[in-house]
Amino acid sequence: MDAPAVATVNKKKAAKKAREKVSQVPFRTYFKRHYLLYLMLLPGLIYFIIFKYVPMFGIVIAFQNYSPWLGIKGSQWVGLMHFKNFFASNDFGMLLRNTLWISFLNLVFYFPMPIIIALLLNEIRHERYKKVVQTCVYIPHFVSMVVVYSLTYMLLNESSGIINQLIELSTGHTIDFLSSKAWFRPLIILQSMWKETGYGTIIFLAALAGVDVQLYEAAEVDGAGRWRKLWHITLPAIKSTIIVMLILRVGSILNTGYEQIFLMTNSLNRSVAEVFDTYVYRQGITQGSFSYSTAVGLFKGIVGTIMVLTTNKISKKFGESGLY
Amino acid sequence: MAKAAVQAGGSYTTYKRTGIKGRFSTRFGNFMIYFICGLLAVIALLPFLYIVAGSFATERELTERAFFILPHEISMNAYKYIVKTGTVFNGLKNSIFLTVVGTFINMAFTTTFAYPLSKKDFRGKDVILNIIIVTMLFSGGMIPSYMLIRNLKMIDTYWALTIPGAINAFNMIIVKKFFQGLPEELEESARIDGASDWKIFIKIALPLSKPVMASISLFYAVGHWNDYFGSMIYLNTGKKFTIQLVLRQIVLMAQGIQSDGSMIDWGNVGAPPDQAVKMAATVVATVPILLVYPFIQKHFAKGVMVGSVKG
Repeated sequence: MDAPAVATVNKKKAAKKAREKVSQVPFRTYFKRHYLLYLMLLPGLIYFIIFKYVPMFGIVIAFQNYSPWLGIKGSQWVGLMHFKNFFASNDFGMLLRNTLWISFLNLVFYFPMPIIIALLLNEIRHERYKKVVQTCVYIPHFVSMVVVYSLTYMLLNESSGIINQLIELSTGHTIDFLSSKAWFRPLIILQSMWKETGYGTIIFLAALAGVDVQLYEAAEVDGAGRWRKLWHITLPAIKSTIIVMLILRVGSILNTGYEQIFLMTNSLNRSVAEVFDTYVYRQGITQGSFSYSTAVGLFKGIVGTIMVLTTNKISKKFGESGLY
Repeated sequence: MAKAAVQAGGSYTTYKRTGIKGRFSTRFGNFMIYFICGLLAVIALLPFLYIVAGSFATERELTERAFFILPHEISMNAYKYIVKTGTVFNGLKNSIFLTVVGTFINMAFTTTFAYPLSKKDFRGKDVILNIIIVTMLFSGGMIPSYMLIRNLKMIDTYWALTIPGAINAFNMIIVKKFFQGLPEELEESARIDGASDWKIFIKIALPLSKPVMASISLFYAVGHWNDYFGSMIYLNTGKKFTIQLVLRQIVLMAQGIQSDGSMIDWGNVGAPPDQAVKMAATVVATVPILLVYPFIQKHFAKGVMVGSVKG
């Protein structure tokens, strides 16, 4: 920036400041005039303090041997013991492996699906047909995870599931999808695909809607076919959306949908199913190891927050707005 | 290419180049795209059709015939069983209550909190926004929250499922943005007429915000209706169970696994639920969502877009 430009900017800033000064009445006067606004804010503020900030202080029990009878004040401080125990145990490796596997498979198989489907939908010129398809593929997003689990059970159970009946007709034996370790991860990915692919197309379709029609017309005049238009116009138009979605996805790699995993877990497949959140639930709420499970949750929370912040910064570098 | 229409955001333009027939590969490609998209729509719906058909089938047909869309014999037994035992209906009733009350609490908290923050010159706005952003990035986690709820004696009450999630920060920011877009002149003229901030909020801001109210309350309502993990953690009494908990138990029972070791009280009907009953219960849990789906669809696309824009 050269000198005159800097000068104008400074002048503008000064003018803005002056204007602000004029409009700034003392806080007391402002408060008196708008006390109702502060009153309106109060319930929400109390809500955030009690239900969001108090639990943050509850984290101290991760460094204690907390017992509900002694309370936080009376419980014994043990420093990092629970963290050390967790990292030394086999569970840590198992949780990390399971979480990363599911996230990795999601990234490879689920992530590209909405993009591909959005591109296909974008090629449909018949508006009504497109609307009908969209209406249908969005529906699964709105049903509960329990319904998804129930549908999975209906389709796949060994005695009367329709898929197993078909398999039995053609091969003579059945497959135990629901309690087999080998099938657990594929089932989770398939459920995610079925439930979220359609809904996931929305953001890409919105990016595609912004493409200038004239670009396609010009390309057609130049003799470009479907693939060339896709490669030179459509893909570049949604490239930044794809990158941001990818980065955010990587940032939340520790957040596998735990309600879904919890529902699909049973005693036979637990060793491949357990992830951080389901483990915290089982250790803490079912078995009552409050301190240990808080420590596990805290570890996951900190790593997760760092990853989200980092990836968010990276996505801003790509010129995108990021999430926060 | 006989017909080339490029479509942009809902409307599309068509222009024809006369005399040139579409190449076979292009026409075949078009056919494939239409076919694949149609197939996807079918895949999305087929499981629902299957359980609806299955819920009206007899148990014999379900185990013996491998594949059907329409059962030979229509039987209402599964639904009769559901009506008789009452567990599913009780769950349905609880879920409706929870959804209505929960959504009302959500909206009351969210709108009153968003309104002051939408004022351009509101003092202390930055501090409060920062307080909110911290909670979006980091939370105390499951166990400290659980202990708080327990200390507040909210366990096994619907308070535990409504109050702790009263404001969703993302939704609050969407509402705040909408309030910011309202014309200032209206507010000024009301102020000249002597209206207070509260009156302006109730009489001007809220009535003008119907679209965003509709979409946000739908988000909240669907969230309440579909919630499973929260109800599972906080509800213990079978009578208070939501439809999702009941459905989960019905499906589990046939798997021979029990979540908490106790059985659902099936009353004098006695028998464990069979396949058709599980299907009927799934249908009952899904139908309310499908009933509001046309309304949801009108609004949700907006929400997705705003949600991805920074506050």
